[in-house]
Amino acid sequence: MFVLSPSQPETLATPRPVAALSAILLGFTLLLVVGFAPLAEIHNATHDTRHATGFPCH
Amino acid sequence: MFKHMVFSSALAGIAAALLLSVLQMFWVTPLILQAEMYEVAAEADAHAHTADDHTHNAVAWQPEDGWQRTVSTISSNALMAIAFALMLTGAYALRKPSGILQGLAWGLAGYTVFFAAPSLGLPPDLPGTSTAAVLSRQGWWLATALATAFGLGLLLLQGRWSLRLLGALAMITPHLLGAPQPEIVTSLAPEALQTQFRWASTLTNGAFWTVLGMLSTITFNRTPNQP
Repeated sequence: MFVLSPSQPETLATPRPVAALSAILLGFTLLLVVGFAPLAEIHNATHDTRHATGFPCH
Repeated sequence: MFKHMVFSSALAGIAAALLLSVLQMFWVTPLILQAEMYEVAAEADAHAHTADDHTHNAVAWQPEDGWQRTVSTISSNALMAIAFALMLTGAYALRKPSGILQGLAWGLAGYTVFFAAPSLGLPPDLPGTSTAAVLSRQGWWLATALATAFGLGLLLLQGRWSLRLLGALAMITPHLLGAPQPEIVTSLAPEALQTQFRWASTLTNGAFWTVLGMLSTITFNRTPNQP
């Protein structure tokens, strides 16, 4: 039977720089959706956030 | 590692967004709503989207004033804060912060990159303010944020003076080029309201970034990290 050991070999973990870059890119993509997506529904839902944070709106 | 980063970012992001939402509810949103009243009163052109937009442009869904709009804004704030926290946490994975003070420094860096630098050229504006085309402003905003992040990194995270000079140049360049401005600046809301709004957004975002920077180092350092 396969048992997950609490200390997996280091090779299975995501390498640190890859994890870091993934987090930064994921964050940036999310920022583009909230602050910059031109779709009217998204714009309307995020309208007040965009104004209050200084994202270009309208 | 990655799962831990997402989890700690979400935790810090949601907490900081709740603080920001409360501050905005009392100070910033009332100013936006007031500005929209001027917009409605002026029967602004078809491009203005106010609470009463459906009267002339009934296509897109928008949250109704009241709880729908509040919930939309809180959710948008949370997503935005998680996005910022993810970027901070990405940096922490490369340079583990020693403690809360470094978190504060990262928060101030985030404030500089994502608020202060862009708002030097494109200050936060109330609905009903004339502006240059939205795409050009978004382009300038993003380019300025990227250049400022790149420049701050070179200035503060390494020691070679030639590269520091390059960093300073990167930070100044967008402002030398100048932000896209409208040909004629007009505002439906009175000047005093604009000034108040700029102060309100400057201070609330400052508080938000201060808290986000410190909280994100705490969640990053203290939540369990299993691969």
